[in-house]
Amino acid sequence: MSAGRLTGAQLSTTFSRRMMIVGGAQAALGAALVARLGYLSITQNKHYQLLSENNRVQLIVVPPRRGWLIDRYGKPIAINRSDFRVDIIPEQLERPTETLRLLARLLDLPTDDVDRIVKELRAAKGYRPVQVAENVPYDQYAAITVRLPEMPGVQPMRGFSRFYPTGPAVGHLVGYVGAASAKEYEEEKNPLLITPGFKIGKEGLEKTLEQKLRGQPGGQRVELTARAKLVRELEPKPDRSGATVQLSIDIGLQEFAARRLGEESGSVTVIDCLTGDILCLASMPAYDPNSFSDGIGRTEWSMLANDERRPLVNKTLSALYPPGSTIKPMGALAILKAGVDPDETIYCPGGYRLGNRFFRCLGRHGTVNMRRAIAKSCNTYFYAMGHRIGYDAIAPMAKRLGLGEKFDLPVVSQSYGTVPDSAWKLRRYAQNKRLIERPDWTASDTLNASIGQGYLIVNPLQLAVMSARIASGRDVQPRLVGRSDKPAPLLGIPQEHLDAVRGGMWEVVNGDGTAGASRITLPGIEMGGKTGTAQVRKITGGQRGQSGIWKYRDHGLFVCFAPTANPRFAASVVIEHGLGGARAAAPVAKDVLTFLFDKPLALASLATFEAQWGGTLAERTARRQAQIEATAKAVAGLSG
Amino acid sequence: MISSAIIPQPLARLPWRLIFLVMAICSIGLITLYSAAGGSASPWALKQALTILFFFAVAVGMSWIPENFIKQMTFPAYVVILILLIVVEMIGFVGKGAQRWVDLGFIRLQPSEFMKPAMVLVLARFYDLLPVGDVHRWRGLWPAAALVLVPFSLIIVQPDLGTATMVLLSGLTVMFIAGLPMWYFLSAAGAAAVAGPILFATMHEYQRKRVFTFLDPESDPLGAGYHISQSKIAIGSGGIWGKGYLNGSQSHLDYLPEGHTDFVFATMVEEWGLVGGALLILAFLLVVRWGMKVSRHAQTRFGQLAAAGLSMTIFFYFAVNLMMVMGLAPVVGIPLPLVSFGGSAVMTVMLCLGVLMSLERQQRTRSTFS
Repeated sequence: MSAGRLTGAQLSTTFSRRMMIVGGAQAALGAALVARLGYLSITQNKHYQLLSENNRVQLIVVPPRRGWLIDRYGKPIAINRSDFRVDIIPEQLERPTETLRLLARLLDLPTDDVDRIVKELRAAKGYRPVQVAENVPYDQYAAITVRLPEMPGVQPMRGFSRFYPTGPAVGHLVGYVGAASAKEYEEEKNPLLITPGFKIGKEGLEKTLEQKLRGQPGGQRVELTARAKLVRELEPKPDRSGATVQLSIDIGLQEFAARRLGEESGSVTVIDCLTGDILCLASMPAYDPNSFSDGIGRTEWSMLANDERRPLVNKTLSALYPPGSTIKPMGALAILKAGVDPDETIYCPGGYRLGNRFFRCLGRHGTVNMRRAIAKSCNTYFYAMGHRIGYDAIAPMAKRLGLGEKFDLPVVSQSYGTVPDSAWKLRRYAQNKRLIERPDWTASDTLNASIGQGYLIVNPLQLAVMSARIASGRDVQPRLVGRSDKPAPLLGIPQEHLDAVRGGMWEVVNGDGTAGASRITLPGIEMGGKTGTAQVRKITGGQRGQSGIWKYRDHGLFVCFAPTANPRFAASVVIEHGLGGARAAAPVAKDVLTFLFDKPLALASLATFEAQWGGTLAERTARRQAQIEATAKAVAGLSG
Repeated sequence: MISSAIIPQPLARLPWRLIFLVMAICSIGLITLYSAAGGSASPWALKQALTILFFFAVAVGMSWIPENFIKQMTFPAYVVILILLIVVEMIGFVGKGAQRWVDLGFIRLQPSEFMKPAMVLVLARFYDLLPVGDVHRWRGLWPAAALVLVPFSLIIVQPDLGTATMVLLSGLTVMFIAGLPMWYFLSAAGAAAVAGPILFATMHEYQRKRVFTFLDPESDPLGAGYHISQSKIAIGSGGIWGKGYLNGSQSHLDYLPEGHTDFVFATMVEEWGLVGGALLILAFLLVVRWGMKVSRHAQTRFGQLAAAGLSMTIFFYFAVNLMMVMGLAPVVGIPLPLVSFGGSAVMTVMLCLGVLMSLERQQRTRSTFS
C-alpha cells in the first residue's frame, strides 16, 4: 500500500468491517445448514422414509404353492405333495463343522452334497436359508427334529414337491419342474427363484404355463439389524398359490393310451373332432416327471439320453414321420376336388409304369374305384390319379387338412414337417446340381408323395387333426387348455366328397380292408380309419423293412375316427418300427377308442397285454427305477 | 447475568448465558448417546458426562487466568505442541503407519487437537506484537504464514485432512481479522482453485475415494458411500418431528455407522426431527455469537483476535461436521463437539471456551475499574 503507514484508527475500522464479514459468513453458513436439514427432512422425507423401511424390514420368502394341472373332468394331472426338507439359516448357525458332520451322518449325505452346502454357506449371509436336503424320509426328518437342540441354525421344514399321479403317462405332455438355473435367475432377477425348495417349470406345460402356475410368494416379515440379527417378527405377508389350470386332456384316456402303447416306441393322439380339444397326447416310452422333480441323477439322465427309443422326445409333436398311406383319404379329397368321379375305376396290375420305371403296389387289386382303393390301400389308383391331377393340386388339400401346419398350442416346441409342392422344391433345391433332388418337380415326386412317401413328412398331431377334419368336415384347431363346447366352423368341403372318403375309411375297418382285424366290438359303434406303413430307409435288394434290425424296420401308422355314424373322436397312432399300420397301430387305436365308449372292456383287454409285458406301467416304471438306482450305485462304487 | 445477594460474587460473575447454552448442547449429546446405546447409560453416556464435567470445570477454572499469563504462555505452548507433532510423526515413521497420538501411558495425547486453539492464540499474539504499520508489509505476512503452514503440513502428512483443514481455516480467519490486505485472500482463493486438481493428484487413495463418494454417494451405497447414504436416510426419514425418542431404526438397528461419534447428529435428528436439529444448530450459533461479541468488546488487540479466532474454531468444528453428515462435504472424520462421544473434541472446545471466558471476565473487570 503506497498511501503511507497504516494507523491504529484505520486498523480498527478494518477490524469492525471484517468482523461483520465473518459474522455474516457464519450466519449464512448456519442458514444453509438449516436449509439443507429442511430439504432432507421435509422435501425428501418420503424418499428417505421408504429407504429406511427397506433397511428395517426384510422378507423371509415362503415359496407359493404351485397351481395344479387338472384334466377336463377335474381329475389331477399335476399336484403338490407335502414332503420334508432341511435347511440351514446361516445367521443362526453356531458350530458349522460339528453341525454339518452330524447332518451328514443323520441324512446320509454324499460328499458332493456336503461340499455344495459348505460352498453355499460361505457365500451366504443373513436369513437366506441354504438347502441341506429335500424329500427327506420321515424317519430321518424325525431324527433331525429330535437332535435339533444340539444344532442351532438347522431348520427342518415341511415343504411341497410336485407330484404327477400318472407318472410317465404325462411326462412329455406336462414336462417337469426343477430348481432355477443361474441363467434363468439372471433373466428374471426374481429373488424367489433362488429360494431353497422353489421350483419352476423346465419342460412342457409346466414351462409354458409357468406364469399362471407360479403364484405370489409370501413370507415372514422381520425387523433385522444391519448385521442381520433378528430384532422382532412383524405381521407375516400371506402367499398366494398359483392358479389351477384345466387342460382339455382326459387323463383316464391319456393314461390308458400310454399303458396300451406298452413297450413300443410310439404315440397316441386323440382329439375331439368337433371342438378340437386334445383328449390324449401320449408319447412313450417317457421319462417319469416325478423323478425329475426330485432332481435327476446323472446315471438316469444318460440312460434316458442314450435309449434308442428316445424317451426324451415328445413323439406327438417333435417327431416327424412319412405318413405313408394314411394320407390317401386326403389325397382322395383332392382328387374329388379336381373333378374326378369317385366311381371311375383304375386297373391295378400290381404297380404303375411311369416311363421306364415301375412303381409297385402292395398287391394286384384288379379294377378299383376310389372306395376300394382306400379300403385296400391300392397304390396304383393314387399313382394314376395323382399323376393325372398333379401334386400341386394335392398339396393345398394337405395343408387345408392341417398337414405342415404349426398349431397355436402352449408347447415348448413343435416340428411341423413339410408338405412339398413344385414351388417348395424349387426353393429347397435351387442350388442343388445333382441329378436326383433337382429343383424341378418331377412326375415321380408326385407319385411318391401321393402314397405318403418322398418329401412329405408330418407329425402325429397333424395326422390326428387331418383325421378330425375329414371326420367332421370342420376347420378343427387343436386346443390343450380349458374345454370347449363350441363346434369349429365348417371347412366348406362338399358333403358328397366327404361321404365318399369316409365310406372308404369305413370299409378299411368294417369291410374287407386292411384293418379288418381291428374292428370295434361294441354294438352300434363303428370306427373308420386308414392304415399306413412308412419306410425308414430306401428299399435295398429284397428287404422291405419288414424284418431285421429294429431301428430299420418300417413305422406303423393309423388314423381313425369314431363313431362313423356321427363322428366325435379322431385319433392317430404311430408305432415306430412297428412293421405296419394294420399290424401295430390299428389294434392300439381300436382299444383306445373302445376305452372312450366302454372302459371295463378296454381295461380287460389291456390287462391281458400287460400280463404278457410283465406288469402294469407303474410296476414296470418302478422296476426300471430300481435298476437305474442299482446302476448308479455301481457307477458311484467304481468311481469312489 | 444472575446477580443476587444470596449468590456469592464469584459465581454470579460467571457468564451464565454461555454456560446454559453449553449445558443445553451437552445434554442433547448425552440424551442422544443414551439412545444410541439402545437406551442405556453405558457404555457412552455416563462416561461422556464425566468427561464433559471434568473439562467444563477446567474451562470455568481457566476463566480466572489473566490475559497476560495467556499471552506469556502462548509461544512456549506452541513450540511444545509443535515438538509433540514432530515426535508423533517420528513414532509413526518408525511404526510404519499413520500415527496421530503420543501414548503417555495413562492418556493418549493427540497434539493436533491442541494445535487448533494454539494456532489461533499464537497468531493473535503475533499480530499483537507486530507494529500497526507493518500489517500491510511483507514482515506482517511471512512469519504468520510460517506459523500456520509448518503445523499444517505436519498434520496433513499424518495424514489427517480434516484437522489440517480446520487448523488452516482458523489461522486464515485470524489473519483476515488482523487486517491483512484483502488481495492476499482473493489471490489465495484463486490459487486454491487452480491448486485443487493438483492437490487431488497427490492425495492418498482413501482420501480420493472420499472425494468421489462425496460427489456421488449413491453410486456406491454399500461401499465407500455407505456412511453418507445411511446418514442421509436417518436424517431424511426423521421428518419434521422425528421418529420419537429411542425409536430411531437407522441407529438402533446399526444401519447408521458411527452413530455415536461422527454421525451422532444423524442419530439425534432421526429421533427428534427437523425441530431438534434446527434447535441444536441454533444453540451452536448462539455460542459462536457470544464468542464474537467477546471479540468485539475486547480492549486489547490480542483479545480481539484471539476471541474471534477461537469462536471461529468452534464454528468450523460443528459446521464441518454437519456439512459432512448432511452430504455437503466429504467425510473427513471430524466429530460434532460436545455431542459426539469422545474426549478430544470436548477438550478442544472447552479449552477454547475457557480462554474466551477468561477474556470476557477481563473485559468486564477492566471496564468496571479503569
